[in-house]
Amino acid sequence: MTEHTASPRRGDHPAAPSQGTPAVVETMTGAQSLIRSLEAVGAETIFGIPGGAILPAYDPLMDSVKVRHILVRHEQGAGHAATGYAQATGKVGVCMATSGPGATNLVTPIADAYMDSVPMVAITGQVASKAIGTDAFQEADICGITMPITKHNFLVTNPAEIPRVIAEAFHIAATGRPGPVLVDIAKDALQATTVFRWPVETSLPGYRPVTKPHAKQIREAAKLLVTAKRPVLYVGGGVLKAGATAELRILAELTGAPVVTTLMALGAFPDSHPQHLGMPGMHGSVPAVTALQKSDLLFTLGARFDDRVTGKLDSFAPLAKVVHADIDPAEIGKNRPADVPIVGDAREVLADLIVAVQTEHEAGHRGDYTDWWVKLNDWKKTYPLGYEPAPEGELSPQQVIERIGQLVGPDAVYAAGVGQHQMWASQFINYEKPATWLNSGGAGTMGYAVPAAMGAKAGRPDLAVWAIDGDGCFQMTNQELVTCALNNIPIKVAVINNGSLGMVRQWQTLFYNQRYSNTVLHSGPEHDGIAKPAQGTRIPDFVLLSEAMGCVGLRCERPEDLDAVIKQAMEINDRPVVIDFIVHQDAMVWPMVAAGTSNDEILFARGIRPDFGDDLD
Amino acid sequence: MSKHTLSVLVENKPGVLARIAALFSRRGFNIDSLAVGPTEHPDISRMTIVVNVEDLPLEQVTKQLNKLINVIKIVELDQSAAIQRELVLVKVRADNETRSQVVEIVQLFRAKTVDVSPDAVTIEATGSSDKLEAMLRMLEPYGIKELVQSGLVAIGRGARSITDRSLRALDRSA
Repeated sequence: MTEHTASPRRGDHPAAPSQGTPAVVETMTGAQSLIRSLEAVGAETIFGIPGGAILPAYDPLMDSVKVRHILVRHEQGAGHAATGYAQATGKVGVCMATSGPGATNLVTPIADAYMDSVPMVAITGQVASKAIGTDAFQEADICGITMPITKHNFLVTNPAEIPRVIAEAFHIAATGRPGPVLVDIAKDALQATTVFRWPVETSLPGYRPVTKPHAKQIREAAKLLVTAKRPVLYVGGGVLKAGATAELRILAELTGAPVVTTLMALGAFPDSHPQHLGMPGMHGSVPAVTALQKSDLLFTLGARFDDRVTGKLDSFAPLAKVVHADIDPAEIGKNRPADVPIVGDAREVLADLIVAVQTEHEAGHRGDYTDWWVKLNDWKKTYPLGYEPAPEGELSPQQVIERIGQLVGPDAVYAAGVGQHQMWASQFINYEKPATWLNSGGAGTMGYAVPAAMGAKAGRPDLAVWAIDGDGCFQMTNQELVTCALNNIPIKVAVINNGSLGMVRQWQTLFYNQRYSNTVLHSGPEHDGIAKPAQGTRIPDFVLLSEAMGCVGLRCERPEDLDAVIKQAMEINDRPVVIDFIVHQDAMVWPMVAAGTSNDEILFARGIRPDFGDDLD
Repeated sequence: MSKHTLSVLVENKPGVLARIAALFSRRGFNIDSLAVGPTEHPDISRMTIVVNVEDLPLEQVTKQLNKLINVIKIVELDQSAAIQRELVLVKVRADNETRSQVVEIVQLFRAKTVDVSPDAVTIEATGSSDKLEAMLRMLEPYGIKELVQSGLVAIGRGARSITDRSLRALDRSA
C-alpha cells in the first residue's frame, strides 16, 4: 500500500496503513469495534438516527467521548449535514442510519455528495446476515441501491472486517477525487464478539489515485499559457477540494490571466480580485460566459465542463484550445477533448505550473493579454451583475441577499438551497475565502441549505453560518431546525419568500406563456397562479413555525426594515434565527443562457443580448 | 463502431460483476459479450468484455471501469496479437439418414460430438466467432434444436502476462 500517496489536505486521516504489529488488540463486540474504528480514523461528529438494525452501534456510541452524535429529525438531514460539515471543514463527514427506510432516506444526500465530490462516509445497519435476501423487516439492498451514487460501498457481515473496512472507507472518501462511501453492517456482525486491532492494514489493490502530474504535460500547459492571446483560468471545485487556493492566486497573478470560478468553486479566488470575471454558466456573469466563448485557451483546473457551464456543447468556446487538469482521469475528454490533459491533484498541478511558467518567463516568454483585458474590462464595465429594483415598497430578493452578504461579511459560511435564491446568493454575495460557500451544485437538491448549514456550524462553531433558502426548499427540510435548537447549533436562515417555486416559475414565465402550473406555494385551490396570494393564505407562517421549533422567528416585509432585521439576527447567538423575507414574486435571475442553447445566446436581461462586436477572431 | 476486447482484472469479491454491469448500463455502453472466471491467483478474477464502440467512448469505458475500486487492471487486447475463443454447445437434429453428414461437418470444423441420441447430436466447438458462425451456418439446414454459447475469452500472444505486475501489487497490499 505504499503506492497510496495523498496530499495533506485530502489524506489527512490516521487511517493510513502501517506495517508491523497492531498497537491495539482488544476483544469486544462488533459495535464497539465500529465506534473504536471511527474514533481511530478521527471522526468527531456523526449525524444520524438510530433504529433496529443499527441499534447495537448506538450503545457504545453513548459512551464515546471522542465522537459526538447529533440526533437529527430525518436521515436526509443527517446526510446533508455530513456534506455541509465536510465542505466547511475539509474533513470527512459522517452520517448514520438504520436499515431499510433509514438507509433509503440517505439516498438523496449520498447522490448529492457524489455529484459534488464531497468526502462522506455513510454507515447503515443491515438486517442480520442470515435474513439478508429474505425481504426481512426493514430490509433494503442499500449497497445495490447506492452502487451508482457512491465512490464505493461495502457490505460487512464478518465483524473482524469492521476496522479495515472503516479505514478503507475513510481513505477512499478523502483521497483522489473525494466522494461518498457507504458501509452497510449486518446487525449480527455488530452484536458478535470480535477482536479490534488498530492500526489495520488496508487492501485496495485497485485504488491508486494519481496526484502527481506529468512533468511534460505541465511544460506543455505552461507553454500554451504564455503563448495564448485570450486565455481564461476556468476554475472548478477541485481547486477547493485540493486546498489549492493560495497556489491558484499565485499562478493567476504571475500570468495576469483572467479567472472564472464555477458554482462549485466560489471562494477559490477572491470575488473582489480585479482578475476575477465571475461565475460562468447558465446564470453566470456576461464577462465570465463571454470570456470562455471568445477564449483561445481554456486553462481548466478541477472543473468538468458541466452542461450548466458549457451550454450547447458543440458551440462552447469554439476557438479555444483546452488544457484540462483533473484528479479524475475520466473527466478529461469526457465532454470536451483536451489538447493537454493533466491528471493530478490541483495543488500539485498548480505548484508545478507556477514553476513551469516562471521558467517560461525567465526564457523571455511572457503572455501578452493587453488586448484581451481591454475587451474583458469593457464587458465587466458594460455588463455588471445587477437587478431591477422591486416595485415601490416591496423587497427585492437580490437586495436582501446582497445586504446579508455586505452586513455579515466574507468570514461567514453561506449555504444555499436550489433555485433562484441560490443563483442570487452566488451572484450578489462576495466570496473571498475557500469553504465559505456551500451548495448543491451537481444534483440540485432542494432542501440542502438548512441541514448543510447545520453541519457546517457543527464543524465550525466559530463561524457565522447563514442558510440562504427559498420558501420551497425550506419546506422540505426545515425540521432540522429542531436539531439545531436542541444541540446548540445557532445557524441563521434567511428564507427568501416569494411564495412560489421561483426558478420553475421563471421558466414558466419565459417558456410556458406565463402559465404558472403548480408553482404558487401559498395559494388556495381557487388561486389562478398569477395574482398575488391573498393575505392570510400565508401557510405555513414561517415565523410561528420557527418559534415552534425553538428558533427566533423574524419577518421583514419592507425595504426600510432590511438592515435592522439582519442586524437583529446577527446579534442572536444562543438560538437559531429564521428570517422570513417577503420578497416580490416576479424577480428573475439574469443573465441567463436558456437550457440547450449556445452560450453565445446569453441574455443580459430579458430580451437584451449583449453586443460583443465580431472583431475578435 | 468497432469491437474492442477488454481484459479486466478484478478483485474476487461479491458484487463486482454487478458493479461492472451497472456501470455499463448507466453510462449507456453496450456489452457485446462478457465472460468471467478465475485466474491463476485466487484473489483475482478476470473478465473479458467485448464492447462495440468508437475510440472516444472506449476511452470513457476504460476510464470509468478503472474508477471502480475493485477493478485492478484493464488491458485492451488487440485482435491480431491475441487469441480469442468462444465455446458453443449446439444440439442438432440428426437421424440415421443425416447423422453422418452432421458428423462430417463436426470434423471439418475440428469440433466434437459430445452426446448422441436417436434423433439428435450435441456438438461442442471452440474457436473464434467467425469459425463458430461458419459452422452454425453449415448445421442450420439440419435443424438446430438448442444452442448455448459462452462469452468470448482472450489472452495475449507471447510470453508476457498481464497479471504479473498486478499480482505483485496485490501481494504487496495483502
